[in-house]
Amino acid sequence: MMMIFGIPAPLLFGQLLLGVVNGAFYALMSLGLAIIFGMLNIVNFAHGAVFMLGAFTAWGLLNYAGIGYWWALLLAPLIVGAFGVVLERLFISKLYKLDHLYGLLLTFGLALVIEGLVRNFYGSSGLPYRIPKELQGAQDLGFMMMPNYRGWVVIAAAVVCLVTWLVIEKTSIGAKLRAATENAPLVQSFGINVPLMITLTYGAGVALAAFAGVLAAPIYSVNPNMGANFIIVVFAVVVIGGMGSILGSIVTGFGLGIVEGLTRVFYPEGSATVIFVVMVVVLLARPAGLFGRAQ
Amino acid sequence: MNLSRRALLGTAAALPAAASVGPARAQKPVLKIGVLTDLSGVYQDIVGPLAVESTRLAIADFGVADKGFDVEVLIADHQNKADIGSNLARQWFDRDGVDLIVEGGSSAVALAVAGVAKDKNKAYINSGAATSDLSGAQCNANTLHWTYDTYMQAKSTGAAMVKAGGDSWFFITADYAFGHALSRDVGNFVTSAGGKVLGNVRTPFPGTTDFSSYLLQAQSSGAKVIGLANAGADTINCIKQAKEFGITRPLAGLLMFVSDVHSLGLDVCQGLVLTESFYWNLNDRTRAFSERLWKRMPNRRAGMANAGPYSSTLHYLKTAQVMGAAEIKKNGAASIAQMKKIPTDDDVHGTGTIREDGRKLHPSYLFQVKKPSESKGVWDYYNLLGTTGADEAFRPMKDGNCPLVKA
Repeated sequence: MMMIFGIPAPLLFGQLLLGVVNGAFYALMSLGLAIIFGMLNIVNFAHGAVFMLGAFTAWGLLNYAGIGYWWALLLAPLIVGAFGVVLERLFISKLYKLDHLYGLLLTFGLALVIEGLVRNFYGSSGLPYRIPKELQGAQDLGFMMMPNYRGWVVIAAAVVCLVTWLVIEKTSIGAKLRAATENAPLVQSFGINVPLMITLTYGAGVALAAFAGVLAAPIYSVNPNMGANFIIVVFAVVVIGGMGSILGSIVTGFGLGIVEGLTRVFYPEGSATVIFVVMVVVLLARPAGLFGRAQ
Repeated sequence: MNLSRRALLGTAAALPAAASVGPARAQKPVLKIGVLTDLSGVYQDIVGPLAVESTRLAIADFGVADKGFDVEVLIADHQNKADIGSNLARQWFDRDGVDLIVEGGSSAVALAVAGVAKDKNKAYINSGAATSDLSGAQCNANTLHWTYDTYMQAKSTGAAMVKAGGDSWFFITADYAFGHALSRDVGNFVTSAGGKVLGNVRTPFPGTTDFSSYLLQAQSSGAKVIGLANAGADTINCIKQAKEFGITRPLAGLLMFVSDVHSLGLDVCQGLVLTESFYWNLNDRTRAFSERLWKRMPNRRAGMANAGPYSSTLHYLKTAQVMGAAEIKKNGAASIAQMKKIPTDDDVHGTGTIREDGRKLHPSYLFQVKKPSESKGVWDYYNLLGTTGADEAFRPMKDGNCPLVKA
């Protein structure tokens, strides 16, 4: 058997591939965060909670309405996105003129409330959600069994990331959005409804998290803490990529997934910390993050 | 009607004074039992609200009306943090006059609270914690370890798997005191039965959600059995993901509860072997108990850690009747010593005894999770594979190094 750094090659390739799968989730989540921070200047600590809500909505659609995975993939982000719009209008819109810290505290509080409510009704050990029929089974890649569903996660995440990036960077809507971030009064004077645009942006960022939540539901158990476990890592990803950088969050999301995967082979105990070590190093060398612009 | 704010405040202030007239008239002593448990975290379903309810059921079944004392229950959430747990315990003992803490949390919390109970000379009976150190090196005269421990799990599940031909193991271990104790205890059984431990990967706790990397490492080690030395959501994710990755090696869930099986579903769990010291559908007594509990809290069946506080609370109340309530309130160590002298008998564990080192003794049961086709409905999950008698289920007292036991 071929060995690389004392590790059997098949095991290493397997870990690399798994790293890409996890990276897909990081990328999706940090993308939403980056959009919200870039456009609204809000550090959205409720992102993990809406990720969890996405998964619970998919579960609820199936169990209360008999609506399966594929429709849930479309409906859950819409429902949770609409919930995000309500949150933005009711609470977050009041904070744009204040320091970042207030937004952070508010969204953190919202996350605790949402998670607490869900925990109260559904307990903490999680609910089962099956992998859809079409994606069951696995492909034998020679060095490992690759579950079809995980392959689908990578493809779906990559496509959504790409589309989001294109919309923001290459379309006129994206151009207006970016302009509004730079100078809102000026854009508003052209007759564009900036507050509406900002509300919808928050809704879209939340919908991305909910989409990731639906993707995650069949893999991880659908439980109230699933977002809380995730959110800290995702924040590290955003910081490493550069706060507010769309491309940065996508690239670092996938990249750090791989770094984490490799750590699990060489030093498993450190796999939870490796991302933060990278974060410290990046912050020391490039305080604005890998893809961020210094302000 | 026009009520001024001042008048409202005045009425509110007078209310507690009026309410306190009632108890002041009654001269019965009041035993205060604190249920310290996880009401918001990963172990909420394993212990949590159902453990609180089973404590209340014990008080109702005991029937305090004609016993010459009253019982009051207090509830708190330790959040699985040792510092919070020990602070709550201290507050309860010092300020609120709590006499006994039951349930009492997962391993780290349990070891901390046991220390507080000893300092304050109160009584502490733990159900939720796994670590066998609680009746071993860290035992004390104010603490009982009631429902199960890592040794019981290792002896039952571990030995059964080795017997079935699983002579080489790979552990996936939650990287903290409990996981270490569990993989150590199971590993000892495997090696003493002539088997081998091929590897042990320690996964960060809490916060690991993706176990596929570790599962692939376990698979490529060539071990015949993958031992899951973790609990709750970690175990659930491991089992789910092993199925997803087509891992065919037998998994040993070294600490699993009926709530985990409920959460995973039978099609994922079928065939798994696990150990509990209680199952709702085990015999007439457990069924009767479970029906009573179901009426108080429908839709969930108790696992052993949910049910344990019923058994321990009932025994405490019986002891209070023997000693007298005023006497049992005075001295925690004396109440624990008296509890050790009286044999236990309840619907959860049947008859049992309590050993000098604080270990409660009762049988442990090896179960196999049913196939979906065998199950008659929701919560019908286990087939009984075997029983380990009370005298063999737990670690022999001489091997525990408990300082209470004279060599």
